Amino acid sequence: MKSALPVVSVVAVIIALWYAGSVWLNSPWVYDQAARAGQQVSLPDVLVATMQQDRPVLPAPHQVIKGLYDGITGQAITSKRSLVYHAWVTLSGTMFGFVIGTLMGIALAVGIVHNKAMDLSVMPWAIASQMIPIIAIAPMLAVVMNSLGAQPIVTKAIISAYLSFFPVVVGMVKGLRSPDQMQLDLLRTYNAGQGTTFWALRLPASVPYLFTSLKVGIAAALVGAIVGELNQAAGIGARLLSGSYYGQTVQIWAALFMAATMAAVLVMAIGRLEGVTLRRMGMAR
Amino acid sequence: MKDTTQSAGPVIEARGVGLTFATSDGPVHALKDVTLTISKGEFVSFIGPSGCGKTTFLRAIAALETPTEGRLTVNGMTPDQARRSRAYGYVFQAAGLLPWRTIAGNIRLPLEIMGFSRAEQVERVKNVLQLVDLEGFGRKFPWQLSGGMQQRASIARALAFDADLMLMDEPFGALDEIVRDHLNEELLKLWARTGKTIGFVTHSIPEAVYLSTRIVVMSPRPGRITDIIESPLPRDRPLDIRDSKAFIEVAHRVREGLRAGRSDEE
Repeated sequence: MKSALPVVSVVAVIIALWYAGSVWLNSPWVYDQAARAGQQVSLPDVLVATMQQDRPVLPAPHQVIKGLYDGITGQAITSKRSLVYHAWVTLSGTMFGFVIGTLMGIALAVGIVHNKAMDLSVMPWAIASQMIPIIAIAPMLAVVMNSLGAQPIVTKAIISAYLSFFPVVVGMVKGLRSPDQMQLDLLRTYNAGQGTTFWALRLPASVPYLFTSLKVGIAAALVGAIVGELNQAAGIGARLLSGSYYGQTVQIWAALFMAATMAAVLVMAIGRLEGVTLRRMGMAR
Repeated sequence: MKDTTQSAGPVIEARGVGLTFATSDGPVHALKDVTLTISKGEFVSFIGPSGCGKTTFLRAIAALETPTEGRLTVNGMTPDQARRSRAYGYVFQAAGLLPWRTIAGNIRLPLEIMGFSRAEQVERVKNVLQLVDLEGFGRKFPWQLSGGMQQRASIARALAFDADLMLMDEPFGALDEIVRDHLNEELLKLWARTGKTIGFVTHSIPEAVYLSTRIVVMSPRPGRITDIIESPLPRDRPLDIRDSKAFIEVAHRVREGLRAGRSDEE
């Protein structure tokens, strides 16, 4: 209970500020309408009116919650209007890309740690790759992949993988290099080769680093999938874009909250997996 | 495996061994003209201030460093050949147990790498755990053990594959005096029981005198041997031998040797 109080107060403050923001941003429209109709509106009327517009500039929290609720439970989850359906489309692309990105990241890290030429050449490219705004690549990739007749999920997954391999490379290089000289010397006294040193020492030592990277990586993969969906028919990204085309601000905010919730759940799931793995390895106390 | 002609010869033979590191400040003479013979079953301590090359010499025996001058053989082979034939167990200053392996798993590590059979691994782990007095701790993880117990486990790990030579680099340096006394006593018993040849680096005079059959006093810049002292103490040594006259005399001579090494530098 002690720890709940600060959390609750912070959430309360955020919600209060949010309501204040809704009133402030949505009231000009209410005054506009009233002026056009030649009516006077009282302050209480304005307050009420700012919180129940169809297309508010900033939807009030309860509108977003209602939008989320309707999106999730308002129809069958296979319907194209269901947020669950769109979330699933995004999630499948995210996971696909995340797995590819993670495997690629690990493979690159192994290469960088064991090969001098790769150490010198790959890292700068990996860093440069992350300097390119993903929003610039996504449309080009979409065009190319479309002409190749690829499934939309593949295009998305490539973008997800592109974003998620980087934290894995950085974390795994650090992790694979984390054994100290003494441990490396110890294995040398056993006349252990590079392969044995990798399996017995480097790889297990890198596991905590891997999980830290995976948490960053999976959030990045989700962002990648959403960006990839901006020119696709389904998914959270498509939902965001169609919402902004038609001024459906509640839809946008509901989709945003859905995405944020997904990210939180995914990161927490990795955290749980990390806890179980490290406990089994005896590395968590 | 054990060739009779080999075990008859010296375990370690160094003739004019020198080792120079090239650094950005110019060459550093870590070792210069080190000549020493260690025979089977000896307990030889290397003592001296930091920078005297005692650890470097031990690492050169283990083929973790390569001498730039002179001749160094281990069991009649080059140190690298000896390393390849797994001629020695090395104990480092820190226990360095792998945190993701249990104590038994850590001791099993060299056995797995060297390809011992499953059954033999189990048998050997059991034996060495007994030898270092850690029975019943095999399934614990390193962090569940005290520093002294961890260091004992690391000694067990070095003993597991039964090399005749043990190289120990300040294995008890990070432990407190009481634990250290206890482990010194245990180490002597272990040495008596196994008949291994031990090379032991330390910076503690009482430790060196208590443990060794021979004490090699070294001094820095360049790292070299200034004195080699044969211990007159009997092999069987209770802890209170440290109050005996013979012990104090040896300790005095070691101290003199260390002082001499320092004065000719100034």
